Amino acid sequence: MSYFFQLVVSGIVVGSIYALSALGFVLIYKSSRVLNIAHGQIIAAGAFITYALTVWVGIPIYIAFGMSMVITFFLAMSVERIFLRRLIGEPIISVIMVTIGLMSILDGLIYLTPFGTENFSFPPYLPTTPITIGGVSISWTQLVGVIITFSMIAGFSWFFKKSTIGISMRAVSDDQMASMAIGISVPKVFGLAWAMAGLSAAAAGGIIGNITGLNFDTLHAFGIVVFPVVILGGLDSIQGAVVAGIIMGLIQQFASGYLDGNWGLNGTGEVMPYIILLIILLFKPHGLFGIHEIERV
Amino acid sequence: MKHLIVSDVTLTFGGLDALTEVDITIEPGIITSIIGPNGAGKTSVLNCISGFYHPSQGTIYYGERNLTHASPHQVSNIGIARAFQNLELFSGLSVLDNLLLARHQHLKYSIFDALIYFGKASRQEAENRSYVEKVIDFMELEPYRKSLVGNLSYGVQKRVEVARALTLDPELLLLDEPMAGMNIEEKEDIVRFMFDLKKEWGITIVLVEHDLGVVMDISDQIYVLDFGVVIGSGKPENVASDPKVIEAYIGEE
Repeated sequence: MSYFFQLVVSGIVVGSIYALSALGFVLIYKSSRVLNIAHGQIIAAGAFITYALTVWVGIPIYIAFGMSMVITFFLAMSVERIFLRRLIGEPIISVIMVTIGLMSILDGLIYLTPFGTENFSFPPYLPTTPITIGGVSISWTQLVGVIITFSMIAGFSWFFKKSTIGISMRAVSDDQMASMAIGISVPKVFGLAWAMAGLSAAAAGGIIGNITGLNFDTLHAFGIVVFPVVILGGLDSIQGAVVAGIIMGLIQQFASGYLDGNWGLNGTGEVMPYIILLIILLFKPHGLFGIHEIERV
Repeated sequence: MKHLIVSDVTLTFGGLDALTEVDITIEPGIITSIIGPNGAGKTSVLNCISGFYHPSQGTIYYGERNLTHASPHQVSNIGIARAFQNLELFSGLSVLDNLLLARHQHLKYSIFDALIYFGKASRQEAENRSYVEKVIDFMELEPYRKSLVGNLSYGVQKRVEVARALTLDPELLLLDEPMAGMNIEEKEDIVRFMFDLKKEWGITIVLVEHDLGVVMDISDQIYVLDFGVVIGSGKPENVASDPKVIEAYIGEE
C-alpha cells in the first residue's frame, strides 16, 4: 500500500510541475489565441538565469529565483512587444511560424552559452535526507517545488478572479472589440499575458532544474510536454491545466510503477499519458474544462 | 461643452478610398445623423472617431484633445462611448455584469483600500452600482438584469449595447445603427431614449441609421455621405430637398 501512496506523491509532484509549465502556455493562449511554441525555451532560460545569478554572481538562491522571474517577466514582455505586436490580426498560422522562429532563435542563443551543452546542478541548499512518513518519502526539493507551485497557481487564480487587470484580461479573451469599447487597452493586456507567462515559466524552470538538474534538453522538453496537458485541460482554462497536469503526472507514475517490468513492457510512463489523452478526447473533444461553444443559428 | 471636429479626413485601404476629405463638425448637445447608401463610409467615420481606424490624412479634435492617432481605449476613457452595429457584448455574462464591467475600468481605489473595503472602496462600489442601476432603469432593462446576455432577444441585446455605452458616463455617444433589425415598437423606444438622453442627460449623440423617417424626425443636423464624400449637410428639411442627396438615394431621372 505504501508503494501506491509513494506513486501518488511522486505523481502529484511531477503533475504540479506540468501544471506550472502549462500555466504560461494557457495564459498566452487564453488572452491572445497564440500558441507559443517557444515556451519550453523560456522555461529553460528562466532556470539558467537563476543558476547564473546564484552561482556566478553569488546571490542567495531564493532571491535569485525571484530575480529570474522578474527578468523573464520583462524578457517575455519585450518578445511580445517586438515580435508579436505587429502580428495582431494576422492569420494564426503566421503567428505560429513566428513563435517557431522564436524557438530557433532562443535555442541558438542558449547554445552560445555553456548551458546549451553542459550539465549543471544547483548547489545544495536544502537538507538532502528525504522526509519519510509511513513509508512514503518525498525529497526536500520536491516538497519546496510543490509548495511554490501551488502557491503560484493560487496566486494566479486569485489575480484573475479579483484584480482589475485580471478581469480585463478575461474580458479581452472573451471579446476584444467589447473590451476596447469599455476602455481596456488590448495590446497592454497581450503584453501582460506574455509577461506573466514568462514569470511562471521561470518559476517552473527553477523548480524543474532544482529537481532534475539543469540540462537544456530536459528543460525545453517541458515545452512539448505541456501540449498534452493543455489539450486535456482545455486550452484556455487555468484550473484545467492544473487538473490535467496532475492527472498526467499520476498516469505517468502509475504506468511506470505498475506496468514497467511486467509482460515485457518498458517505458510505459512516456506513452500512457498520450493513450489516455486520446481516449478522453474521444469523449470530450474540447478537453476537460475547455469552452464548448454552442452558437445560436 | 466640446465640439468634435473631423477635418479633411481621408481613409484609404490600399487603393480603396473609404473616406475622402471628410469634414464633419459635431456640435454639443444635439443629435447629429450621418446617413448614406450602403458602403458610403458611415461606419468608417465612427471607426476613425473611436480610434479603431486612423485616418491617412486629416485630423480629428475633441475640444482641445487630438484624437487623430488615439487608440480605442483612450477614446472611450475621455468620454466618447460607442454602441456597435454588430453586437459586441460579453455574451456569457448577465446584463448587470456587462454593465458593471464597463464601470470596472474606472475604479480608482488601491489594493489596500480593497483589502479593508471600507470608506473609499465601498463608497466607490456603491456609487458604481447605483449608476449602473440608473442606466438599467433608464433603458428599461429591469426584467433582464440577471439574464445572460446571450439568451436575450436581438432587440434587447441592442438595448444592452446602448446601455453599456451609457455606463461609461459619456459626453458623446456614437450609435451605429441602433435600430437595425428592430420592429416599430422597439424603434419607438430607442427614439424615446435618444430624446431623453439629449434633453435630460445632456449627451451629444452621433447617429448612423438607415431608417430615413426616423432620421428626419429626430436629427438636428444631418451629414450625407456617398462613396466616402460628404455630399450634403444641414438641417433635415434642407437635406431632404437637396438634389444631390436625392440623386444619391434614388438615382437620376
